[in-house]
Amino acid sequence: MSHDHTHEHDHGDHPYQPDIEDFPFTERMVMTQAVAELIVEKGICTADELRQQIELMDSREPGLGAKLVAKAWADPAYKARVLEDVGKAAAEIGIDIGDIPIKAIENTGDVHNVVVCTLCSCYPRMLIGLPPDWYKSRAYRSRTVKEPRKVLEEFGTHIPDDVEVRVHDSTADLRYIVLPARPAGTEDWDEHKLAQLITRDSMVGVTPAKSPEDL
Amino acid sequence: MTIRRHHDMGGLDAGPVETTEHDYAMWEKRVDAIVKVLSTPDRKLLSTDELRRGIEELGPGVYDELSYYERWISSATNLLLEKGVITVDELGTKMAEVEARWIKDREAAE
Repeated sequence: MSHDHTHEHDHGDHPYQPDIEDFPFTERMVMTQAVAELIVEKGICTADELRQQIELMDSREPGLGAKLVAKAWADPAYKARVLEDVGKAAAEIGIDIGDIPIKAIENTGDVHNVVVCTLCSCYPRMLIGLPPDWYKSRAYRSRTVKEPRKVLEEFGTHIPDDVEVRVHDSTADLRYIVLPARPAGTEDWDEHKLAQLITRDSMVGVTPAKSPEDL
Repeated sequence: MTIRRHHDMGGLDAGPVETTEHDYAMWEKRVDAIVKVLSTPDRKLLSTDELRRGIEELGPGVYDELSYYERWISSATNLLLEKGVITVDELGTKMAEVEARWIKDREAAE
């Protein structure tokens, strides 16, 4: 994890320097810096706002989604509220999902759900952070809607023939989070322990939740 | 034959999914932040749909050559130019300034 630290340096007349790891820089990195400085100089936003936005996204990680899913597993009434309205249910546990609605879809013994964004990269970022590279890749975007079982196999996930696979194509206005199926053998587990089973990939639907033996 | 634009790739054939990933670099996080901050309801200088339109207009060659956040900053910058929020001259001058500063910083760091 070489890039998860933040060290922006203020140097008086310019808002920040690039990280030393960003060298050698590319034209688009220069463009990014130039645009950031221009919008600050023009008073469109402040350097602090840009920093705060970066910090907000840094604070978004799969642990938040895992907390929501674990509570849904442990509390059927809460699960019903999650399926009804993720935003409201997330707010109950102190998570603000922002303006773009997220819909929860539940994996069961009969149905396995998987999420893609064929047109770009829409993703429930406020609940599980920014998407991994593969989610934005041509291969995943193209093939998931056509041959989902084969794509899932590439993630090591085999879905039996008698289980229906449903693919959900996200849009700029609606994103999805998968509620993975609760693994057997976790009946007496509390939410905290359950949350350790819930991975980012399981909330995208490319893998199941971990099983107790995986911990 | 269906006519489809380059970004509209759902259902096409492609190679296996490479499940490798990288940690986001600070400059990529900064692109993300610029776009989000410019999209806030009180500013509305950019919208997700506009950003996507800008990315789609990069055309097949550029689209595939650029990395994800390179596409984003290219689109966002084009939109800001298109809307007159910044001018080509301002951008060119600032980019030259940033580049000169970074070269100096790099030399100082070595």
